[in-house]
Amino acid sequence: MDNEKDILEVRNLQVNFKTYAGDVKAIRNVNLDLRKGETLAIVGESGSGKSVTTRTIMGLNATNADIVSGSILFKGQDLLKKSEKEMQAIRGQDIAEIFQDPMTSLDPTMKIGRQIAEPLMVHKGMKKEKALAQALEMMKLVGITDAENRINDYPHQFSGGMRQRIVIAIALINYPEVLIADEPTTALDVTIQAQILNLMKELQDKISTSIIFITHDLGVVAGMADRVAVMYAGKIVEYGTVDEIFYNPKHPYTWGLLSSMPTLDSSGDSLPSIPGTPPDLLDPPTGDAFAARNAYALKIDTEKEPPFFKVSDTHYAATWLLHPDAPKVTPPAQIVERQKKYAKMQKDWLAAQKASTPIEEEEEQQ
Amino acid sequence: MDYENAEKILEVKHLKQYFNVGKADEVRAVDNISFDIYRGETFGLVGESGSGKTTTGRAIIHLYEPTSGEILFDGKNVDSFTSKQDQHDFRQEMQMIFQDPYASLNPRMKVKDIVAEGIDINHLAKDDADRTKQVEDLLETVGLNKDHSSRYPHEFSGGQRQRIGIARALAVNPKFVIADEPISALDVSIQAQVVNLMKKLQREQGLTYLFIAHDLSMVKYISDRIGVMHYGRMLEIADADEIYAHPLHDYTKSLLSAVPVPDPEFERTREEIAYDGSGENDGKERRLVEIAPHHWVRAADDEVAMYKQRAQEASLIKE
Repeated sequence: MDNEKDILEVRNLQVNFKTYAGDVKAIRNVNLDLRKGETLAIVGESGSGKSVTTRTIMGLNATNADIVSGSILFKGQDLLKKSEKEMQAIRGQDIAEIFQDPMTSLDPTMKIGRQIAEPLMVHKGMKKEKALAQALEMMKLVGITDAENRINDYPHQFSGGMRQRIVIAIALINYPEVLIADEPTTALDVTIQAQILNLMKELQDKISTSIIFITHDLGVVAGMADRVAVMYAGKIVEYGTVDEIFYNPKHPYTWGLLSSMPTLDSSGDSLPSIPGTPPDLLDPPTGDAFAARNAYALKIDTEKEPPFFKVSDTHYAATWLLHPDAPKVTPPAQIVERQKKYAKMQKDWLAAQKASTPIEEEEEQQ
Repeated sequence: MDYENAEKILEVKHLKQYFNVGKADEVRAVDNISFDIYRGETFGLVGESGSGKTTTGRAIIHLYEPTSGEILFDGKNVDSFTSKQDQHDFRQEMQMIFQDPYASLNPRMKVKDIVAEGIDINHLAKDDADRTKQVEDLLETVGLNKDHSSRYPHEFSGGQRQRIGIARALAVNPKFVIADEPISALDVSIQAQVVNLMKKLQREQGLTYLFIAHDLSMVKYISDRIGVMHYGRMLEIADADEIYAHPLHDYTKSLLSAVPVPDPEFERTREEIAYDGSGENDGKERRLVEIAPHHWVRAADDEVAMYKQRAQEASLIKE
């Protein structure tokens, strides 16, 4: 998939963490592409490796991290081969990150105007007055009210939602080509979350950044993402467009994730849940790592790791259930509902297409 | 919800909980709220951070001394429990499950001692063998193994720790459990496990829950009735299904419109409703008014007609 449009390509990435107990295999052969201007969501439980993947891209891993193999190509250059000094020039300039916790990711002793202006001064060597003037513009852009008077305030004088806006302003001030957002709204209330997500979409349109969006909230993914990658136990198990993942998921783990979230229509005595806990990555199981928690597991799942099977040009899933010889299974009820909805949506879409091109319709009838 | 045979287990009357009273930084965390909880139901309390939902929970279990107002548990005023014995009995009947399973378990205590602490304090075990048996039964009830009892909290995952917290709350056979954001620190796949466990225990032991949370879809799923709080005030109370289908207060509408739904098609067409909270502080006297049967909305006298109108449009009341 050497695509002209790919701005970031992660290839065969393997990352181990050295601990006293042994090597924790946090990332086990991950491949990712990020296209220009798109939002790619990575979803998965804690410990599935989503944050480690992006921290490896940023070169911000802990010192006990060991990158066993792989490459991360950013516009054709391998970020893993760069020195720390070269990475410093890229971070905050070409690739920026919005961190999860706005309470701890700002410097409490520095005025916020200065914090927003700092990337300009560091990366572009801009003079302080000019940088501060640009920081003020950015503050207005991210919706900090009364920006002129608040530019000299400290972080503790702002609410959580406003602080996250400041963090976004810092990340975007250099108009980075790639923005990594690691659970940017998890610490916020739903109403504030909605504001921040709208702001991110708006800004993405304005400065055409590509976003890697990490979250465990599938509701947020549905609203933000163009494409989705589902991670489990250090691997990507399924990826596709947002519609393909939400309406026609193929991997039993994706089924479990989608059904265990109550929608506003859910009722009944018990929610479908995924039994058990994720595997210990000190010693990952052979075969499919999800097999032990999977009601649909086949015998081969405990013996051999499933490869990616193609569902469509954009949709791949690593589960033996897609093998031609696999028995036919019926997914959980909620997933069947989603597939029905998808079939109907596609029918409507085709009908709309036909309606707009009546000549073709006649040809088809003949 | 069956109101005919419902019996009140908890009555909160005009509860006020202020901090730093009389100082410049006085905070009115809970400002004159009243509601009832019926035996055997789950009452969900939702609101943004700072709305006073956690303070309400803590005031009910008497971790704070209320500034004013009354809390009646089983008909008795919680404030009147002055003797040690009365307080013991009260704490035995009302228990709490805390938000953070990492911070709420003592890292130096073994699981069996954490779970048995309430048993020891209330002298509920005849001898050591009985104590061990009770602990093992509790661990089994919450889906843990009895071999886990001699381990320390750090050996468990977040979901397992929350189960230990639930076992600890259940050890003293409570009637009423306050669960303050019991699942928000857990992963999605584990959240469903814990919620299912709480529902199962409620069925088996007839527990009453006060479920405090900001995850609105989970609250709707677990609750029979829901109260919406904002700025320390209760704005709307109704049956869970009704409040989600037909919210009457503007704030509830705004809150519900902001909930992300795991459905891309829905998300593409979603419209958020903005809420301007300044109207709440226009100096008018407001109180909870029963607009439709068992559907209460905080309103001033001249707003009642407007809410009745809305209820009629949603065909909650017939005219």
